[in-house]
Amino acid sequence: MSDASKSDYPDIILCPGGPMLLRGDHVVQDENGNDHQTTRPVSAVCRCGKSQIKPWCDGTHKFLRKQQPPTD
Amino acid sequence: MLLPKARGALSGCVFQALQSGDTAPISDTPEPDGTEDAQLTLWVLYELHHRGFEDVSDDLEWDPHLIGLRRQLETDFEQTLRGRAPQLPEPGAFAETFFDFVASHDGPSLSGHIHKFATKDQVHEFLRHKTIYHLKESDHTTWVIPRLSDPVKAAVVELQYDEYGAGDPNRLHATLFARGLEASGLDATYGAYIDEAPLEVLEQNNAMSLFGLNRRLRAASLGFLAAFEATSSVPSRRIAQGLDRLGFPPEMLEYYTEHVEADAVHEQLAVRTICGVLLEEEPELHEDVFFGAWTSMDLEDRYADRMLQEWAA
Repeated sequence: MSDASKSDYPDIILCPGGPMLLRGDHVVQDENGNDHQTTRPVSAVCRCGKSQIKPWCDGTHKFLRKQQPPTD
Repeated sequence: MLLPKARGALSGCVFQALQSGDTAPISDTPEPDGTEDAQLTLWVLYELHHRGFEDVSDDLEWDPHLIGLRRQLETDFEQTLRGRAPQLPEPGAFAETFFDFVASHDGPSLSGHIHKFATKDQVHEFLRHKTIYHLKESDHTTWVIPRLSDPVKAAVVELQYDEYGAGDPNRLHATLFARGLEASGLDATYGAYIDEAPLEVLEQNNAMSLFGLNRRLRAASLGFLAAFEATSSVPSRRIAQGLDRLGFPPEMLEYYTEHVEADAVHEQLAVRTICGVLLEEEPELHEDVFFGAWTSMDLEDRYADRMLQEWAA
């Protein structure tokens, strides 16, 4: 795969004000050292810290956007 | 599934023709007895392209008389939908504009009612209504795929693959819903509850088919998808909590908790890798993306308004 085509299909996408999208099979270790296996083709990892299903995103960042956007 | 019960002169005439196989009378059909009669007829005509009916010949799927009538009904419906749409956002930074558009939409909250107040009977009714879509969940978006450029097509398939359980039939979202229905003592047979689907449910399902089956409306279909996904995670969590409060079985909860997680992914994909890329390629489709998005939210509002009023009575 050329660099150009890879840039259209990155492994990780950092969504402004939102989660980190992760393509493929990975193990994500949370803040407490627990491992979580991805289960879907693309996973969304929480970046705002407020998700109720961490390490995965549950859309809670949308309620924080106006007050304290998560840092990229 | 058998044909539903007619709801007026038009559906009565059309269903009779469908059962007999003689569609010539369709060229001179009566005027619909109101919107519900027209929408049920349209729903049946679209259903010929989904799974069909046991009492209607498969040969009628592309019958010219039926297609002609479908065209009339869907033209009227599209005009109605466009007439309902407000001033839509101007082109700008797409993802931010889109998420702001969805966030600023203020509609009645059916999920909030289910979360805290709904009775078990009300939730059963809600689930029966939702069978009309969830037992064929995502199929309308699949219709759009061959009408897209390669990059947008690949992006839609990436999302749809997850909707369809990434190849595992046990994880298909429609299967998860069916399993939840059965565990809740409801009928998971495709189309079992069509006779009690209210107008607002018919309109929701017909809008999805209208956008999915007409190539010129591909941007509306993908905008509908993006708004649907972007308004799903948080309501799904509330519904799961309501189901838990009412003692529904874990299979029914699982459908909704799966959507909390899945749709937090899908909303980003639908906005960024699907609609965003579509509009980079074809900026003139901007208005239709937002028209589809608005229609998605408005039709859900109409359903919520109706049910909250009925349940408050």
